[in-house]
Amino acid sequence: MLAVACIKQVPDTTQVQIDPVTNTLVREGIPFIVNPYDTHAIEECLRLKDRFGFRVAAISMGPPNAEATLRKALALGVDQAILLSDRVFGGADTLATSHVLSAAISRLADQEEVGLVICGKQTIDGDTAQVGPGIATRLGFTQLTLVDRIEHIDPQTRVIRVRRKLEGRHEIVEGPLPAMLTVVRELNRPRYPIVPMRLASTEAEVQLWNNEVLKLDVNTIGLKGSPTWVSRIFSPEREKGEIIGDGAHDPQGAARMLIQRLLAKDLLPL
Amino acid sequence: MSPDSAIFTPLLLAALVFFAVSCYKRFSLVTIGRTEDRFDAVGTRLKEMFLYAFGQLRVVKRPFGINHFIIFWSFVILLIANGEFLVNGVFPGVSLALLPEPLHRVLLLAFDIVSLLALVSVLLAMGRRLLLKPAYLDSAYVKARSVEGFLILTFIMLLMLAYFGLHGVKIAMGQEDGAWMPVSSVAAGLLSCASPGGCAHCCLLPWGAGFWWAHALVLIAFLCFLPMSKHMHILTAIPNCFFRSLEKPNTQPREEFAKGMSYGAGRVDRFTWKDLFDGYACTECGRCQDACPANATGKSLNPRQVVHAIKTNLLANGPLLRKGGEPLVPLIDGEGEGTNTEETIWACTTCGACLEACPVFIEQMPKIVKMRRHLVQMEAKFPEELLNLFENMESRSNPWGIAPTERTKWCSTLAVKQFEAGETEYLFYVGCAGSFDARQKHVTVALATILDAAGVSWGILGKEEKCCGDSLRRLGNEYVFDRMARENVKLFTDKGVKKVITQCPHCFSTLKNDYRQYGLELEVVHHSELLQDLLAAGRLKLTKQVEELGKVLFHDSCYLGRHNDVYEAPRTVIATATGAAPVEMERSQENSFCCGAGGGRMWMEEFSGTRINHNRVDEALRIEADTICVACPYCMTMFEDGLKDRQAGETKVRDIAEVVAEGLRPA
Repeated sequence: MLAVACIKQVPDTTQVQIDPVTNTLVREGIPFIVNPYDTHAIEECLRLKDRFGFRVAAISMGPPNAEATLRKALALGVDQAILLSDRVFGGADTLATSHVLSAAISRLADQEEVGLVICGKQTIDGDTAQVGPGIATRLGFTQLTLVDRIEHIDPQTRVIRVRRKLEGRHEIVEGPLPAMLTVVRELNRPRYPIVPMRLASTEAEVQLWNNEVLKLDVNTIGLKGSPTWVSRIFSPEREKGEIIGDGAHDPQGAARMLIQRLLAKDLLPL
Repeated sequence: MSPDSAIFTPLLLAALVFFAVSCYKRFSLVTIGRTEDRFDAVGTRLKEMFLYAFGQLRVVKRPFGINHFIIFWSFVILLIANGEFLVNGVFPGVSLALLPEPLHRVLLLAFDIVSLLALVSVLLAMGRRLLLKPAYLDSAYVKARSVEGFLILTFIMLLMLAYFGLHGVKIAMGQEDGAWMPVSSVAAGLLSCASPGGCAHCCLLPWGAGFWWAHALVLIAFLCFLPMSKHMHILTAIPNCFFRSLEKPNTQPREEFAKGMSYGAGRVDRFTWKDLFDGYACTECGRCQDACPANATGKSLNPRQVVHAIKTNLLANGPLLRKGGEPLVPLIDGEGEGTNTEETIWACTTCGACLEACPVFIEQMPKIVKMRRHLVQMEAKFPEELLNLFENMESRSNPWGIAPTERTKWCSTLAVKQFEAGETEYLFYVGCAGSFDARQKHVTVALATILDAAGVSWGILGKEEKCCGDSLRRLGNEYVFDRMARENVKLFTDKGVKKVITQCPHCFSTLKNDYRQYGLELEVVHHSELLQDLLAAGRLKLTKQVEELGKVLFHDSCYLGRHNDVYEAPRTVIATATGAAPVEMERSQENSFCCGAGGGRMWMEEFSGTRINHNRVDEALRIEADTICVACPYCMTMFEDGLKDRQAGETKVRDIAEVVAEGLRPA
């Protein structure tokens, strides 16, 4: 049985700047990282590999340099890495992206039964949390979002029971396999790559699947297949704060002032 | 009185064969270790060996070491006497009496005196174990009052007593001239009294034979026992001083990263032969244990035990490994004496106190780092807190994971130049703490102000600066360190950097010592050295004497002091700025006590025992200093935190640069 981790290369958002003229992200010179939530998706797939002997594939749609992200997954222990890259995939919104990823997963399923698809709950650059559910919908998989614990999984009876982390509560949900999970950080602690695997990952194969392989209708993918587009990106203006009080010389006075201000704004429940 | 050599000769031969086989069994095991060249610079090595093995320079650093010095030299001198004794036992006609008489007499006198000295020293040593029982002689695997310790001392004592008895009989019987043997003459007198009136010859003969055989049997027993015991050190300590690391072990050796290799030491044969030989050289004196900050604060780490565990593991697994088998006892996380726990391995601050304390230059700390390398690189097993550190280092080249664009925030209101070869003389390598840590940024600004005031030509790398990788290397993440080191070496080379100023002893040591392994020879100065030079040369003129800091004490950072021998510079700087030499802590200079943050401990929680920084802060508070002066960002943090924990808000912590900058303010 195959477990598929869907991962994305994202710019390190702490270092992102917005071009004031074009209103787009300045990507030049900005280091890329694996979307942090996706590292938990990889980890969970690897745990299924350790527990049940699942084979693990990592797939990523992106430009050719996204190969680096897949190599990181290989260093962690995934068995197969596939880069979905083609000019016609570019400019995709979440819908178009889910078409490409679903097609890739279906292609994988032709060879080997796919039991689980695991995605991060969202990416830190787009923050939509729609691609995972999109895949589940396209493939007709059980859709389990915001998973913070896999309670039970049985590849034989094809049942999975997970805990979902919701606002102020948890929800235990059970469903049949195959399933698509989106996962939160609390799910696991990602492993650290050991050196022999890192070295091996530099030589391991990253398969490249373009649209000649997937053969998707160009009207359903890329910019053409995207009903939504970004019209503007901007940093919200923030009023400059002021320094009040003198903590260095009068810490008690400063503390008193802080408490009074917080009380005045009703931020200190007493 | 000579024995029947027909009985003695086979006995001695059997003992010698047993000794040789035992030695071979043990020493041949070190060949399973990795190769390492310790045969270079033979001249220097011989010199070091004479100073430290025969001169016992490190042994006598502690008062009781003088006792050992006496026993050691008695042993060396008595080697001649014992050699004669054994040869004479086999060939009764051969003895020192064949030498010219004056020389023979001098030897007899020497033997007599050193035997007495040895006897007294041995009694003192027994008394020390029985009565004083210093805590550092005890460890989890051996007690101060161990049978082995007393057995060895008893052997020596018996040898000396038998020597006096034997020669006493000879003197009493008129076979030897007592004039040159004062102590033996006393024994002769006592023995004569024991046989009053009778025929001296008939009465004393059995005594003589008794003493002879006692001496012979103790020597033989000693010979057989030696290779199994910690007393093996009389064979290994001298070569261990010869094979010592000629440079301070302030770096770790590079690792080659290629497919199919293993990294670090997860099995005993992954250590080098010298690492393994170290185990045989340990006498369990406990000095490393006594100096270790982790041990002093109740952690499971005891450097002496680490060395012992490796030796025990070698003895258990060595014969199997040599035949290509798999080890029976795991080196890490097994049970019993031949294994180290992960907790132990992560407790080390790499402060080097153990290295400095060992009289025979055993390298405890580097072995710990080798085991860390295995854990990190082969098993990805390490304290949870380090995952963030490792990832931050790789993705953002600083321990906190702060955006590299913020490296220059400290100088946003200052006019600071970028480093440019030809334009600026020095690169001021600000370092991660100096760039990001709120407290340390004050030091950075102070130092920048001083450099400008002294007219130093300097520039920074700004946003291009990267972490030096110190913590990664000490934590055993050599693979990532290696990448960062290469990047930095390339950056420095491309920029044409030749001279570097650092404010962090960890950057200082890494740039100065570790990067040399990558072919980069920089002239690196720590700011304490630069400030000392600037003040001495009159380039830096203070406008006032800094008096408001009160009683100032200086804490030595391990990577500045012990690892790089910079002790005087910061003290001179403080003395010049304040007008008074700083107060010294009890544990200072090469005996300084770590703040607790070295070796990557800065980024880990301290769960077991008490906190190392509390121990050090308490020591500072006992001196009632008003200001604790430091020269290291880690020490700064550890003291600031420790003082807060101890509610000692009145005591200030200042970097030496801040003290000097204070002296630059208008009077």
